[in-house]
Amino acid sequence: MDAITRVRSRTLVLPYDDIDTDQIIPARYLTTTTREGLGDAAFADWRYDDKGSPRPDFELNQAGAAERRILVTGRNFGCGSSREHAPWALHDFGFRVVISTSIADIFRSNALKNGLLPVVVDADTHRRLVEHPGEDVEVDLEAREVRLPDGHTASFDVDGFSRYCLMNGLDQLGFLQRQEEAIAGYEQQRAWQP
Amino acid sequence: MSGKSLFDKVWEQHVVVPETEDNPAVLYIDLHLTHEVTTPQAFTMLRERNLKVRRPDLTLATMDHSTPTVPISSFRDLAVVAEPQAARQITQFEKNCEEFGIELHGFDSAHRGIVHVIGPELGATQPGKTIVCGDSHTSTHGAFGALAFGIGSTEVGHVLATQCLLQRRPKTFAVNIEGRLGPGVSAKDIILALIGRIGVSGGTGHVLEYRGSAIRGLSMEERMTICNMSIEAGARAGMIAPDDTTFEYLHGRPRVPQGADWDAALARWRALPSDDDAQFDREVTLDISSLRPMVTFGTNPGMVVPVDEPVPEGSDPSFRKALAYMGVTPGKPLSEYPVDIVFIGSCTNSRMSDLRQVADILRGRRIAAGVRVLVVPGSQQVKREAEAEGLDRVFTEAGAEWRESGCSMCLGMNGDTVPRGQLAVSTSNRNFEGRQGPGSRTMLASPATAAATALAGRVADPRPYLQE
Ligand code: SF4
Repeated sequence: MDAITRVRSRTLVLPYDDIDTDQIIPARYLTTTTREGLGDAAFADWRYDDKGSPRPDFELNQAGAAERRILVTGRNFGCGSSREHAPWALHDFGFRVVISTSIADIFRSNALKNGLLPVVVDADTHRRLVEHPGEDVEVDLEAREVRLPDGHTASFDVDGFSRYCLMNGLDQLGFLQRQEEAIAGYEQQRAWQP
Repeated sequence: MSGKSLFDKVWEQHVVVPETEDNPAVLYIDLHLTHEVTTPQAFTMLRERNLKVRRPDLTLATMDHSTPTVPISSFRDLAVVAEPQAARQITQFEKNCEEFGIELHGFDSAHRGIVHVIGPELGATQPGKTIVCGDSHTSTHGAFGALAFGIGSTEVGHVLATQCLLQRRPKTFAVNIEGRLGPGVSAKDIILALIGRIGVSGGTGHVLEYRGSAIRGLSMEERMTICNMSIEAGARAGMIAPDDTTFEYLHGRPRVPQGADWDAALARWRALPSDDDAQFDREVTLDISSLRPMVTFGTNPGMVVPVDEPVPEGSDPSFRKALAYMGVTPGKPLSEYPVDIVFIGSCTNSRMSDLRQVADILRGRRIAAGVRVLVVPGSQQVKREAEAEGLDRVFTEAGAEWRESGCSMCLGMNGDTVPRGQLAVSTSNRNFEGRQGPGSRTMLASPATAAATALAGRVADPRPYLQE
């Protein structure tokens, strides 16, 4: 997994609230058995018409969209299905950061494990981002700070453990495996067996 | 010190390593449910790292999401009926289960079905357990007083390898449901009304505990319907304290302890309900005495109105986008919209009590001309029971299709889809754009409302059909 410390990019803005993971990647793409190559399926039903041709007015089809690293969305982004294909598809498309005023629990957890940083900002910062799509924004994971070109900054929360893993490109399984002794001890000592 | 909630008790019994400021808790998982769609990448990871499944005995597998609902008896038939990549995924899942020693309820099993239907049916779902699955509707199992939640495929790999997850402790949210349901109004209407009230992100970061007089009066199947849609309120999980209704449901099921072990389990389960002085981070109360059947009009489950009320006005862009997609107009009631398809099924509403409610309305009547009605039982066991009661004949005589079990049109992965532009009334849980197939439009409702709609050919209130 690539490490993330600082991401600087023009933003891509999808201002809608409650964008669910069925929009991020529709169910018909879930028959895959790998996690690679899903970028083409990202937002497929918004991106392509019923004949499969790109809709020119949709943001992800516009020139330079694949170079955007920062996605800005309305509240409750990533609600719905637990499909990890959603962060896989967004990451494969090119995004490294999603900024919103709220992000759904399972999506957030999945994103953090796949080199995609979920960032929740205050309403004022969010409004500035939405009003100026395509502006050059910096997201600094080390400082936990979002910086807008007009000098406005906003801090954001991220769990220390997830931040450490993201900054070092580590996956979390290694940490869990090192708990083996505690896990075995728990299994033996628990009051009842499942 | 204040008392503990049901959630607190289950959480604390499963902490292997407590959380600190730096690190999340290591939480032990008692039951890992798996299916074909969200596991392939996790098994690949195990192979790449040369790992085993740590506790295959605590892992249970079925195939449901991409399986055909036309009758097939073997994997050989699969190639004929299924889309090639879905067939490959199913075949690979069978191989993975065999190689890693996981009990699979495949095509030859009498217990195959939607993962959230068969867990309780087999008695694998029990009070006080931690239960996970690579599927957001794992919240269903909370109806038994388990802590049950959906996880991603990476976490599926974590649980397969270590039987544990890294978790931050969520907040708690007491949801008091008081009053008595009127005739023709059901658990589905309660949960839709609740989501309408607190919103689709109202539960984010929280575990809900449904409590109050109305919840006590519900059957296990109704409680499952409620907990199932906790995720639609954004919650991590939903729980209901176990009681005699729970124990009666579980007694004698295949995976439930027997004899002296049953007595011991019962004593343990009786200690689980929240203490009287338990504290919750949030609380809401809903009185359901005058609740009417609820139907969604937009593209998320929080956009919901009573069946006999007009669609509300709204001005923000997301609201307008949703109404444009659905083709509905503010100020008009939903009964004005002709319906193309009625889908009765999904982990929300595909159990015996749901099918009986549908049959009560369809019995001796014909569905409206031009409406396609698909009835998909939640499991092969539900299918057998329904057939033993003759419900299948009620459905087919009314003009509906009766299928094999599976997720089917709930997410349209197996070829059962709502065609572009068509309007479906569904007993499932998600009305997202394109959820039931590209370009499909969905209105969510209870089984009774769906059945009445099938007869009327447009969104219909079930209550008049029950009085006749
Ligand atoms: S029935 Fe629908 S919601 Fe339930 S597990 Fe299957 S796809 Fe998911």
